[in-house]
Amino acid sequence: MSKTLSIDGQEIPFEDGQTIMQAAAANVYIPHLCHHPEFTPHGSCKLCTVKVNGRNCSACTFPAAEGQEVLNNTTDINADRKKITQMLFVEGNHFCPSCEKTGNCQLQAVAYHLNMLDNHFPLFYPQRELDASHPDVLIDHNRCIFCTLCVRASQEQDGKDVFALSGRGITKHLIVNAPSGKLKDSALVADDRAAHICPTGAILIKRTGYTIPIGQRLYDHHDISDVSLATAETQHDQ
Amino acid sequence: MHVFIDKLVAEHQFKATDLLAILRAIQARYHYIPPSAIAHLAKVLALSASHIIGVVEFYSFFHLHPQGDYELLISDSITDAMLGKQALMDLLSEKLSVAVGAVRADGLVSLANTSCTGLCDQGPAGLVNGHPLTQLTPARIDLITTLIHQHIPVEDWPAELFAITDNIKKTDLLLTQPMPLGSALAAACKRGFTETLAEIERSGLRGRGGAGFKTAMKWQFCREGHADNRYVICNADEGEPGTFKDRVLLNQYAHQVFEGMTIAAAIVGATQGFLYLRGEYSFLYEKLAAILHARCEAGLLGENILGQGFSFTIKICLGAGAYICGEESALIESLEGNMGIPRNRPPYPVTHGYLGKPTIVNNVETFLAAAHITLHGSATFASMGTQQSKGTKILSICGDCLHPGIYEFVFGTTIKDILETCGATEVLGVQIGGPSGVFISAQEVERRLAFEDVATGGSFIVFNQTRNILDSVTNFTHFFAHESCGFCTPCRVGTSLLKQQIDKIVGGHGSAGDIVALEELCQLVKSQSHCGLGQTAANPILSTLERYPELYQRLLKKISYEPGFDLDAALATARHLTQRDDAAAHLAQIGEDHE
Amino acid sequence: MTSKIRIATTSLAGCFGCHMSFLDIDERMLNLAELVEFDRSPLTDIEHCGSCDIGLIEGGVCNSENVHVLREFRKNCKILVAVGACAINGGLPAMRNFIPLEECLAESYLHGIGVEHPQIPNDIELPLLLNKVHPIHEVVKIDYFLPGCPPSADVFWKFLTDLLEGREPSLPYELVHYD
Repeated sequence: MSKTLSIDGQEIPFEDGQTIMQAAAANVYIPHLCHHPEFTPHGSCKLCTVKVNGRNCSACTFPAAEGQEVLNNTTDINADRKKITQMLFVEGNHFCPSCEKTGNCQLQAVAYHLNMLDNHFPLFYPQRELDASHPDVLIDHNRCIFCTLCVRASQEQDGKDVFALSGRGITKHLIVNAPSGKLKDSALVADDRAAHICPTGAILIKRTGYTIPIGQRLYDHHDISDVSLATAETQHDQ
Repeated sequence: MHVFIDKLVAEHQFKATDLLAILRAIQARYHYIPPSAIAHLAKVLALSASHIIGVVEFYSFFHLHPQGDYELLISDSITDAMLGKQALMDLLSEKLSVAVGAVRADGLVSLANTSCTGLCDQGPAGLVNGHPLTQLTPARIDLITTLIHQHIPVEDWPAELFAITDNIKKTDLLLTQPMPLGSALAAACKRGFTETLAEIERSGLRGRGGAGFKTAMKWQFCREGHADNRYVICNADEGEPGTFKDRVLLNQYAHQVFEGMTIAAAIVGATQGFLYLRGEYSFLYEKLAAILHARCEAGLLGENILGQGFSFTIKICLGAGAYICGEESALIESLEGNMGIPRNRPPYPVTHGYLGKPTIVNNVETFLAAAHITLHGSATFASMGTQQSKGTKILSICGDCLHPGIYEFVFGTTIKDILETCGATEVLGVQIGGPSGVFISAQEVERRLAFEDVATGGSFIVFNQTRNILDSVTNFTHFFAHESCGFCTPCRVGTSLLKQQIDKIVGGHGSAGDIVALEELCQLVKSQSHCGLGQTAANPILSTLERYPELYQRLLKKISYEPGFDLDAALATARHLTQRDDAAAHLAQIGEDHE
Repeated sequence: MTSKIRIATTSLAGCFGCHMSFLDIDERMLNLAELVEFDRSPLTDIEHCGSCDIGLIEGGVCNSENVHVLREFRKNCKILVAVGACAINGGLPAMRNFIPLEECLAESYLHGIGVEHPQIPNDIELPLLLNKVHPIHEVVKIDYFLPGCPPSADVFWKFLTDLLEGREPSLPYELVHYD
């Protein structure tokens, strides 16, 4: 008999050692941005916050346990998630109409999923740089949400250490491990997983941005909840 | 420079965990961490340069760009502000010809604010090249600027500038009864360590950092299960503004604190301990190191302690200006040579702490109390206090009172009694537990000092009726935005938004909707943040909104909405460039026909 | 006397693209015309906004005139709507926010390629530029937001028909776009 927990009243089986997010993956969509099933959980974006037996927990790091009563898709929780997404939008510079990633961007897709229509908060308009020095990859720091997926992908899959977060609080920023601090002088190559993992348009592969026209892209027609569940199911089958 | 670094790194046995100590030495010598130092360190410590840069940019006392030969930092605590800090800062800035937050063009001096330096009973205070300056006055500012302009090394400055007094005003159980060297440890050996743990359990001792976790339970969790190594950490990262008791305890009662740590080590089976001392208290380092040395000489530390066959050593590690490192898992990260970012929990430090091993982290005062209980037994301790809060609590009292300093009170004492004892009159209220604690108004002074009523790690800031509570709310809210580690979205962005929103309202630009937005934001930051910092960052606003809604209401404009930025000021550049000053070149902050 | 709903529209720091998209409701405009009439709008020649039910604002706030117009709309419109990316987050014009205003004007009017008779225009008839472009919700209170660059004709249609038929306006997934 496998163990189960309940998410919004639905019984979900899990195995020992799994997080709530892992248990939910193919069954229930829990919004997330810094989480990716292939990498060590980070727990920083806080979009996956669920209520476990009445207490707020990050689903991506919190261990699943027998009999847990988890609340996920509730009006209150989703309202908080929308505000957290709005925070991510106002702290950076997210001009979707001029971003290559639009329509394929997970930040945007989560915002669509949560029916976010405005920014709610005042915009910070921080001064951030663009690093187009690399022949094949560019970083637009304006769109970085500090999820560290590139950091983890580089360390855990590419066996490199190209990216890191630096600074504290609102001055947090992504840095590149190179004497010049420039991407061109780093060990990154276009085939690296780290170059393809960014959930937003902060790290882009050059000359590929408009292969699929705007309007025909993934999240233009598919809610990220459906995409996420379908992906998890495919991975599960494999 | 490479020679200096090679020697330094060798002294630290090439250990990457010692990164903070190494960077402290480089910063002290060069007044910044030069790029070539980073590159060289990366090589000899086998770290990535980006990791080192990350650490440098995380801690306030490290800089990627040169600071002045004289690095002047003035404490930004509300208590320093109440003692006239701002005028002194202006004076310093004027006399030294350097803007706050800047380095003078000739590189001689830099001037900046810093978070509370733990000298609130003798402020306004500051630091020059890491040395604490106390009781700053215009006359002392004159002297300091003269010394700087004469290029006198800080080591040769008059000692009175650096004089620190302990100001112990009231003692009780812990601070009165003397404890001969090694006596508590001997008592523990005699009683047996398991039985000593039981004795501590019977005492009802709870953690003195503020959260109040049962000490014996924490130690029990740590000693359970298999592990090849365990660690004992004393949290002396006393960063909560208004707190300074640990400074005094370490200055006068260090033996007892170390003895408490050694007893804990014997109980949980640890061989290595750390004292994580906040960077602001680096002046205590030599003295504490000498005490550790003396304890080794006396057979109270090191190999085969008291002939009982167990070994334990204590290493002092200095912080580098980061309030968040008071959070136990952030502290552990910092000890490992990383940015001080709180870990995801579970697992907890008692099972996965320093280097992934079972670790206990306790407050200075907790170890002091544990040593006392071990020596004198639990009965007296447990007979004092309240149902859920046994023994005494040591408070750092400052602000508007006649006798600021250290006070030991029995748990259950009313706030009123505490106020009378410290000579506070015409009290408006007290901030208890620092910015992350609560504001108690003069109408609530019958409440009691206890975990089940008003809990505190020790900070007790008195405000009299001449004070504007919103000044402290603003100060505290800015403090949290400055100290947020930035790991999680709600705290990273939320504390900055709180700062903007409180500034808008206190600046007189708020309307009714802004209070609603403020409250909403407070609840979001409180409920969604990753750790205690974010979860308490909205407390100053929430606790005053609840008690003094009229203070906020009075500031609001009777309009539906006002912009959060100064419209007319936003035209200043264009006016200047076009040389215009006609009526159309200006904007009113509120529309003319606004209702 | 008319019982028609009065709508005013304007473009601040915008490109009129949202207005063009609005017109893309095509023949549905005829249905709409039976229910609404237009006050101040590029579609009419009315210079100042009278009392209205709905105000649609395209574009962000980049200069003093934008502030005045926005305030006029807020004062006169029961429901004020931010239409399109620029009204909501400053959009493309806000990308000048990362360049100091001095440099923007110097590049445009003093040192830019092809500039003749370099001088920064200073006629008092010209509105002055704000240091930064701001979304309109930072200047006045906004009741609804229609994202998109531009929002599609269907967004306008759905939003207005919801309002006209007394429903709380809502946009289904397919209609929410930021691009």
